[in-house]
Amino acid sequence: MKPFTYQRAATPAEAARVAAEMPGSRFIAGGTNLLDLMKLQIETPGHLVDVNHLGLDRIEPTAEGGLRIGAMVRNTDLAADKRVRRDYAVLSRALLSGASAQLRNKATTGGNLLQRTRCPYFYEPSKPCNKRVPGSGCAALGGFNRNLAVLGTSDKCIATHPSDMAVAMRVLDATVETVSPDGTTRSIPIADFHRLPGDTPHIETQLGRGELITGVMLPAPIGGLHVYRKVRDRASYAFAVVSIAAVVAPGRARLAYGGLAHKPWRVEAAEALVADGAAAVAKTAFAGARTTPENAFKLPLAQRLTASVLADGKV
Amino acid sequence: MKFDSAAGQNVIDQGRIVGKSYPRVDGPLKVSGLAPYAHEYHSDAPNAAYGVIVGAGISKGRITAIDTSEAERAPGVVLVMTHRNAPKQFGIGHAPPGGTGPQQDEKDGGGEKPGRHNKPQLQGPEVRHFDQSVAFVVAETFEQARDAARLVRITYAVEKGRFDLAAEKDKGEMPEDTPDSNVGNFDSAFAAAPAKIDVTYTTPDQAHSMMEPHASIARWDGDQLTLWTSHQIIHWGVDGVAGTLGIHKDKVRVISAYIGGGFGSKLMIYGDPILAALAARQLGRPVKVALTRPQIYNHTSHRPATIQRLRLGAGIDGKLLAIGHDVWCGNLPEGEAENAADQTKLLYAGANRLLRTRKTELDLPLGASMRAPGEAVGLLALECAMDELAEKLGLDPIEFRILNDTQFDPEKGPERPFSTRHLVECLRTGADKFGWSKRNPKPGMVRDGRWLIGIGVASAIRNNLVMASGARVRLSGDGVLTIQTQMTDIGTGSYTILAQIGAEMLGLPMDKVRVELGDSSFPQSAGSGGSWGANSASAGLYYACENLRNAIAQRAGFNSTDSQFADGKVSAGGRSRNLADVVGKDGISAEGKVEFGDLTKRFAQAAFGAHFAEVAVDSVTAEVRVRRMLSVCAAGRIINPQTARSQCLGGMTMGIGAALMEDQVVDKRFGYFVNHDLAEYHVPVHADIPDMEVIFLDELDDKSSPIKAKGVGELGICGVGAAVANAVHNATGARIRDYPLTLDKIMAKMAV
Repeated sequence: MKPFTYQRAATPAEAARVAAEMPGSRFIAGGTNLLDLMKLQIETPGHLVDVNHLGLDRIEPTAEGGLRIGAMVRNTDLAADKRVRRDYAVLSRALLSGASAQLRNKATTGGNLLQRTRCPYFYEPSKPCNKRVPGSGCAALGGFNRNLAVLGTSDKCIATHPSDMAVAMRVLDATVETVSPDGTTRSIPIADFHRLPGDTPHIETQLGRGELITGVMLPAPIGGLHVYRKVRDRASYAFAVVSIAAVVAPGRARLAYGGLAHKPWRVEAAEALVADGAAAVAKTAFAGARTTPENAFKLPLAQRLTASVLADGKV
Repeated sequence: MKFDSAAGQNVIDQGRIVGKSYPRVDGPLKVSGLAPYAHEYHSDAPNAAYGVIVGAGISKGRITAIDTSEAERAPGVVLVMTHRNAPKQFGIGHAPPGGTGPQQDEKDGGGEKPGRHNKPQLQGPEVRHFDQSVAFVVAETFEQARDAARLVRITYAVEKGRFDLAAEKDKGEMPEDTPDSNVGNFDSAFAAAPAKIDVTYTTPDQAHSMMEPHASIARWDGDQLTLWTSHQIIHWGVDGVAGTLGIHKDKVRVISAYIGGGFGSKLMIYGDPILAALAARQLGRPVKVALTRPQIYNHTSHRPATIQRLRLGAGIDGKLLAIGHDVWCGNLPEGEAENAADQTKLLYAGANRLLRTRKTELDLPLGASMRAPGEAVGLLALECAMDELAEKLGLDPIEFRILNDTQFDPEKGPERPFSTRHLVECLRTGADKFGWSKRNPKPGMVRDGRWLIGIGVASAIRNNLVMASGARVRLSGDGVLTIQTQMTDIGTGSYTILAQIGAEMLGLPMDKVRVELGDSSFPQSAGSGGSWGANSASAGLYYACENLRNAIAQRAGFNSTDSQFADGKVSAGGRSRNLADVVGKDGISAEGKVEFGDLTKRFAQAAFGAHFAEVAVDSVTAEVRVRRMLSVCAAGRIINPQTARSQCLGGMTMGIGAALMEDQVVDKRFGYFVNHDLAEYHVPVHADIPDMEVIFLDELDDKSSPIKAKGVGELGICGVGAAVANAVHNATGARIRDYPLTLDKIMAKMAV
């Protein structure tokens, strides 16, 4: 861990301003991912702006009938919230399938969206990784990539986004609210929030320099059966091999996938084909997939999951 | 005392305390944080500096340039050691001045290679495996040392390495200590066998994954070195450190009083004690080193991968006619072979047998012992192959195993009987308790909603190893018995069972016994390895206590042979005296030691068991969840059923890991273990562990020691993974021969 300076911001806008002004700044919230990466010197911020004390820890109803989740709401609290459990159960289920109770007690809503990939080469400083050292190459492409991405990849990066929460937010059409260093705010649809790797896999979101997530808006509830199925290599405390967040009801379904791409994967056009069955959905949803011998199983697995979820929802 | 004939009736048989469950006597210390681990002797090592090992970023080649200037200038740095300035050390082949431990220090009582525990560090530019020590940075704080370690700039000339066992296996050679075993005529018997299978299984490299990382504190007082380190066998640690540094072993004191798990990874020393000792000597102050979790995977050792070909042939009556087991494994030149055919020598009858092991050189990190080396992976293959042949024969897997039971060493014949062998009873008892009769022999037939349900079984065998072991005992005037021995407790319960032996022998309650372990200033002991610790260390203590009893009886004026020790009193001939009065304020001390004769040669000695597993396989995702397990063990006297049960539960848990998830993935381009942390190297978590039960059969093995016990720590893992794999087959019809059985492999073979 490199020596760094630390400050607590007084307001979200101040936090954003400081982060923009101080070179090498990072926000620190729960720290469950950032601190590990700092110890490994994969992240080497010179300055940490603590955003834990900015009043961003509330869950409030919105005028539109939805919920506004403060960026600092802990994963544990969000999963346990009565309104979330009642109206957005897929989110609650996704959260509870991630990490451990101890980590969820610390991890925040904003931080969860910003967690870095778990690609093993990202974690090994002696090996090339375009995400860690832009331009150094991608060791994963010809290496151990069983759990890496099959959709939206590039020849620079095949990392996945490890979040479960984000997959549920994607299926719920959440929007991410931010404040910028100049004090302006904006809302970014979750579909656009995370980027595909392209030629710049180290740039993972649409956030500008210093821009701080202040909250996540959920639209009014949409009913239906809420399902989060996470396929993993052990019963708990493992990142998804493939996951599916689904809201299903007779005749309609929303389907988002985790573990397949650099961002939660959802293709609305595929959802229109649910009446034709999982194979039709998968054909459209997974068009353009690029697999390796090790991770090719993810596509049939995702299709099986889709079929199972559609059956559960009597779609 | 030499133990070379069967034990008769003795004090241990009275079973007043031995054989009963006692919770761990060190439990309160551990749960309250008062039991110090190697890195925690803060007040004994004041003003310690912190060392961080810089590991090689390549797997094979040479350092061509190394620039330490930036690291040396970094805040707090007091020393940067590389091959350019490291003191000369000594490798394998160089015994420490004054010699190593006694000759009887090997599995079968054979001699040992001098200096075989030596681990010289930073002795040249050559890189032999990934994360080998290439520099050592010492600073005022751990954080400073860790940061400065990243500032050591190293340039390498990379050489092509050998990282792929499958590609290298045909270059393998027969290891010196594992000759081929060829009995009868395997080839013709196998060719003629009416029913046969010829299958190849693979097992991956596995990591010990103990909680406590390797850690050491070194402190010099003049030319006397004290090392607090985490080591399973104290005198091996002493030999390794003294041998490497080239100093007399009397100048090295090793203390490992509490150990946070080992599983074999702490049978050898690695960079931490040597570099701590070298730096502490140079700096004139104590130095602490703990490996980081990622370093453990590539800097230390692992269980090596195997490729195993099983050829089994049987008659239509189900009797095995031919047993062929070929094992291929790889290691660094100094590393040993993974003897995965070991159990096949003894487990089943059959006149024609061919067992061969071939070891090839690989440039991966050192492969070494991990919980039940040999058997743990050998049984993963053999016990699935047995099921495959049973299925072919249309026989029940349990009946097939029972048909092929043997009561003598099938290689040597009836003149070498087993000391005890209750495999059949284990299988029968387990079948009854587990509800084996409800198993549908046809795979894929039982469903519970989305889940496919299957049941599997496997036999377990683990050779019973014995090792010379000594102890010192002292009864003081307050009536407290203090036991001192180098024996270690790696989480197994040594403290507790040795207290039980002492209490039984001297007729004391448990709270009048104190046990002190893991210090080289105590008498040399068996240590914790190969499941020999409980039986051997208890036997050494038994003889020490016998000597103490004789001394006390003599002091009391009693005839020692008919003296009774009970309720804090010694009695003989109708007279009785309080022990405290007899020993007086100065107390009485005694030492004792067990050495083993040729009973392990005259008798095949092994612990046996049967493992049962029920699994559920998700019919959609092929995820496997173990639902319940049962192990039935016959392992001689169970000194403490509670601690023995814990050992078995740990072994069963590790067996689930081996079956379903554990896999150190080799990047064959770069030659290192890629998934080097506990997030990516999966071991079972609580949610993976179901309802587990352990049954111990009543058994006494009078050929094993006066304690009549055998090891259970490794028996607990032997065969477990195969029972799980056989259950997965029963659930789904999928027979996966490449461990671990991950969902992608199962999904590809599931019928739907």
